[in-house]
Amino acid sequence: MAEAFDVVVVGAGPAGSAAALVAARGGLRVCLLERGPFPGSKNMYGGVTYGRVLDDLVPRWWDEAPVQRWVTRRSTMIATGSQSVTVEVQSEAWGAPPYNGATMFRSEFDQWLAGKAEAAGAVLVTGTTATGLRRDGLGRVTGIETDRPDGAVEAKLVIACDGVNSFLAKEAGLYANFSSEHFTLGAKEVLHLGKEEVDRRFGLVDRQGLDIEIVGLTQGIPGGAFLYTNLESVSVGVVVSVEALGRSGVRPEELIAGVKRHPSVAPYLRGADLMEYSAHVIPEGGFDTMPKLATDGLLVAGDAGAFCLAAGVFLEGVNFAIGSGRAAGETAVAAVAAGDTSTLGLAAYEQSMARSFVLADHKKMRRAPEIILSERMQLQYPGLLCDVAEQLFTVTNPTPKPGLLRLLRRGRRRHGIPLAGLVKDGYVGWRTFG
Amino acid sequence: MSGGAEPRRPVVPDLAFEDRMATVEFRVAEKAHIVVDSDICRSCTTKACVTACPANLFVPTADGGVLFNYEQCFECGTCYLVCNSEGALTWEYPLGGHGVVMRSS
Repeated sequence: MAEAFDVVVVGAGPAGSAAALVAARGGLRVCLLERGPFPGSKNMYGGVTYGRVLDDLVPRWWDEAPVQRWVTRRSTMIATGSQSVTVEVQSEAWGAPPYNGATMFRSEFDQWLAGKAEAAGAVLVTGTTATGLRRDGLGRVTGIETDRPDGAVEAKLVIACDGVNSFLAKEAGLYANFSSEHFTLGAKEVLHLGKEEVDRRFGLVDRQGLDIEIVGLTQGIPGGAFLYTNLESVSVGVVVSVEALGRSGVRPEELIAGVKRHPSVAPYLRGADLMEYSAHVIPEGGFDTMPKLATDGLLVAGDAGAFCLAAGVFLEGVNFAIGSGRAAGETAVAAVAAGDTSTLGLAAYEQSMARSFVLADHKKMRRAPEIILSERMQLQYPGLLCDVAEQLFTVTNPTPKPGLLRLLRRGRRRHGIPLAGLVKDGYVGWRTFG
Repeated sequence: MSGGAEPRRPVVPDLAFEDRMATVEFRVAEKAHIVVDSDICRSCTTKACVTACPANLFVPTADGGVLFNYEQCFECGTCYLVCNSEGALTWEYPLGGHGVVMRSS
């Protein structure tokens, strides 16, 4: 039987919609499958969308994308239970075209991007769950099974953008070194304040936004926390290792409550009402934990391929989803035209991503996850930094100022950080981020 | 000075858990998409799912097992990731169009 579609894309998140958009524009017959009642209904995230990857896909996307606020102030906060040190970057340029980062609601953004794919000719089918792969006698992927009656969809190529749990990539055997250690749980509260109150409390005007990423407030469970502004609300939450969370005895909503209670956070949130609580798993293992990205008749993109950069100061996912989805769409167009969707015919997928940020950033920062989630980075360094900063600015007259080096030495001893460890972390950190 | 490693000190949230979950829309399917075999759970010593599930759907029972309710599930996958008892959890996505619907996240 001849296929009705050249490509079936599973999942209408940012990766799937980008893949479908590019493939449809390339003249392919594209089915874009979504298990939720609408694109984005199954999706949440911990914050910021970086839109540079959209510039040539949707020219002047910023005029139409459903943005909450443009991030014009980006903070990194290092905290202990009672202290914090914050570095904030403010840029006027980030608040004007072409912008940098934006806060969004995924239900709105994902619907918007899926609409772009539809406008390009992709057929969006919602409310339909892919239940498995179809394969021929040689094991090549030839389509998918769905939970609709007679719901099989045959295609020359399947692009699995079915999210962090990607049962399709697992079924295809692409996750050889799958481990639960590579995943974090994000849990978030969206709290309503009203636009005026958000503007007033955070010192913002118009569509300006603030994003604060926080290390040290997850009660020793490896991870981080965040607080950022939407138009009329704020989002506050945590991202923590699922395994460590399970062992900790502390529940996710208790971790969020701990962040909200911190003296550097609490004043922003007083009296705010919960609009929506949400949670999602995140693939944070980085480059070395990625699955095989292609096999005969199948490509993997977005969270399904672990395209999510969780590298401390950099926290990006949607842009990597779009970047990988786009590369998958381009590969699909060329492979279908060449009549070869075998592993070999799909080799351009990984090659093109290796040349762009999509894989290059991941490869460069492959050691970031282990550094960021190490006990030193989670507990000892925040304590050291906060103590040194606090003592530096605590005036101890009539005792003379101790000097920075002495403070560092004292802090290192107090927090049990060997000099060798500090030097090693500094070296690895420089190799990773420098 | 109280800086440095903070002991784990659970903070009681300012909202009852059922009020928290009432902010989320669920289009509940007739069939459970996750099934828990409580007999297997009885031999589990960690019960990490009870701690980690963000929707708090796993409730330890008096006989050492686990009671599970699928209706308010985020479909996140945390439970099967932390589960260390082979076969205790059968996990799939809900029927298309059903389950959690997030709107402001």
